[in-house]
Amino acid sequence: MSNSLKGSLPKNSSTVIATARLIAAKDLRVELRSRVLLNQVLPFALIVMVMFAFALDSDAVLERVAPGLVWLATLFSVLVMVSRSFAVETADGALDQLRSAGVPAMGIFIGKMLALMVQLMVLVALLVGAAVVLYRASFSWEGGVLLVTTAIAATCGLAAVGTLYGGLAAGAKGRETLLPLLLLPVVAPVLIGATRATESAFGTNGIAISEGWPWLGLLAVFAVLFSVAGAVAFGPLLDD
Amino acid sequence: MNTSSSLDASPRDRVTGTPFTRGLGILVLVGMVLLIVLGLFVSPADVNQGESVRIMYAHVPGAWLAYLAFIVTAVSSAAYLWNRTRSLTWDRIAGASAEVGVLFMGISLITGSLWGRITWGTYWTWDARLTTTAFLFVTYIGYLAVRGLGGTHQQRARRSAVLALLAVLEIPLVHFSVELWNTLHQEASVAGRGTNVDMDGLMLFTLFLGVVVFTLMYVWLVLHRQRSLALDDMLDDSGLDNALTARRAEAERMTH
Amino acid sequence: MDNAGFIITSYVITFGAVGAYAIGIIRRSRKSSRDVPRDQRPWS
Repeated sequence: MSNSLKGSLPKNSSTVIATARLIAAKDLRVELRSRVLLNQVLPFALIVMVMFAFALDSDAVLERVAPGLVWLATLFSVLVMVSRSFAVETADGALDQLRSAGVPAMGIFIGKMLALMVQLMVLVALLVGAAVVLYRASFSWEGGVLLVTTAIAATCGLAAVGTLYGGLAAGAKGRETLLPLLLLPVVAPVLIGATRATESAFGTNGIAISEGWPWLGLLAVFAVLFSVAGAVAFGPLLDD
Repeated sequence: MNTSSSLDASPRDRVTGTPFTRGLGILVLVGMVLLIVLGLFVSPADVNQGESVRIMYAHVPGAWLAYLAFIVTAVSSAAYLWNRTRSLTWDRIAGASAEVGVLFMGISLITGSLWGRITWGTYWTWDARLTTTAFLFVTYIGYLAVRGLGGTHQQRARRSAVLALLAVLEIPLVHFSVELWNTLHQEASVAGRGTNVDMDGLMLFTLFLGVVVFTLMYVWLVLHRQRSLALDDMLDDSGLDNALTARRAEAERMTH
Repeated sequence: MDNAGFIITSYVITFGAVGAYAIGIIRRSRKSSRDVPRDQRPWS
């Protein structure tokens, strides 16, 4: 790209995409080197799944509520992961420096969201595996397709909301306690939609797979709305 | 200048009051007494609901005004974000209105569940309207917490304005998804049972009076709270040092 | 009156909470107004 073009259009789409790619790659590289997800978040999510079994204390009940527990454990882990994602940025004022260097906020948002989404997909895959092993969940090939689609839509929504509210609370004191309060009410539709869809993928209570697909509409609407809102609102949030 | 200002603020000084709010306050008090008398004693019991209908005269206007308060918060947040009307006054109105809204919503949740206990025999049902209300309550508690995060006034205003607009996006989604979730459950019909009221003239008038009294109460509270927020902001601007010396002098006076 | 306890409790909570909140506002603003000169308050 020529310099004159760069000067006249500082926020054109190609810089946004380039920034997003850079930020996402950077976040994933940070994760690969620090292994926080692998060494801390995944074990945390697993122990939550085991603790649910202690609390509910019955194979029949566990089988019945397995889909909900998978997504509940995901939500708990999202809180930890979002905190981590922004702790990396604010630790030495990196976010402020990015902004003062004129990096488009939309690119930062999309990049961080994508990195979070990739990590969430890994987490959900592990939790579904845990549900199969610990809670006797099972799914057919057809259910697997529904499950993967659900996971993509749900993690996209969660990553968008997580990045948006994480950015809002980033850098403020007391953000660790504030983030759950802000985030959990917003992601209620994801919990409802993803749980119902996963129920029919697992065939819990004999629910047919075809009944799961309509819930994907809710997840998709949520993901699209908050991705767009996040991309638009992230700039004003950081530009103080 | 400092001494003259502290003289000004003798306990008799009506700090956030003006002749208008004073008149409004008297009107609210009179209306409140009238509402209590009409609601508790004069108005008749309902044919279906019996005496429990009396809770409605306090519950329905409260819930109504809470919704209105959140709408005001959203509108004044938008007004703050729009460049041509940017003013911290909008931000403070948004904050004051959200605070009053949380108060009214908290009250309505309690009175609503008391009413539900005598009418439906249960404090809570997973009806979409009720659940959304609970979500609204928590969402705006979070909003108020974000306002308290610190930073400059402009930082606070911008952060909370964006958050208030996001809540406008969130609430319909939550309502819609709870409704979808609820259609799977049989209890959904509970909320519709036993709620029909045959309002006669006096009952309608009492409810109407309730809405008027609560609206005036809301205006009074928001005006005063908005002004007290402005005072807090001015205090921040005038610098902590000023306030600290004043407090220290005060402590001196108390000990001697 | 049936359920008098429930009904009176809800009235007491409603007006009690609003009253307490109003008193709280006035007290807080009185405290902070000591350091803000009267001519700086746009409403008075």
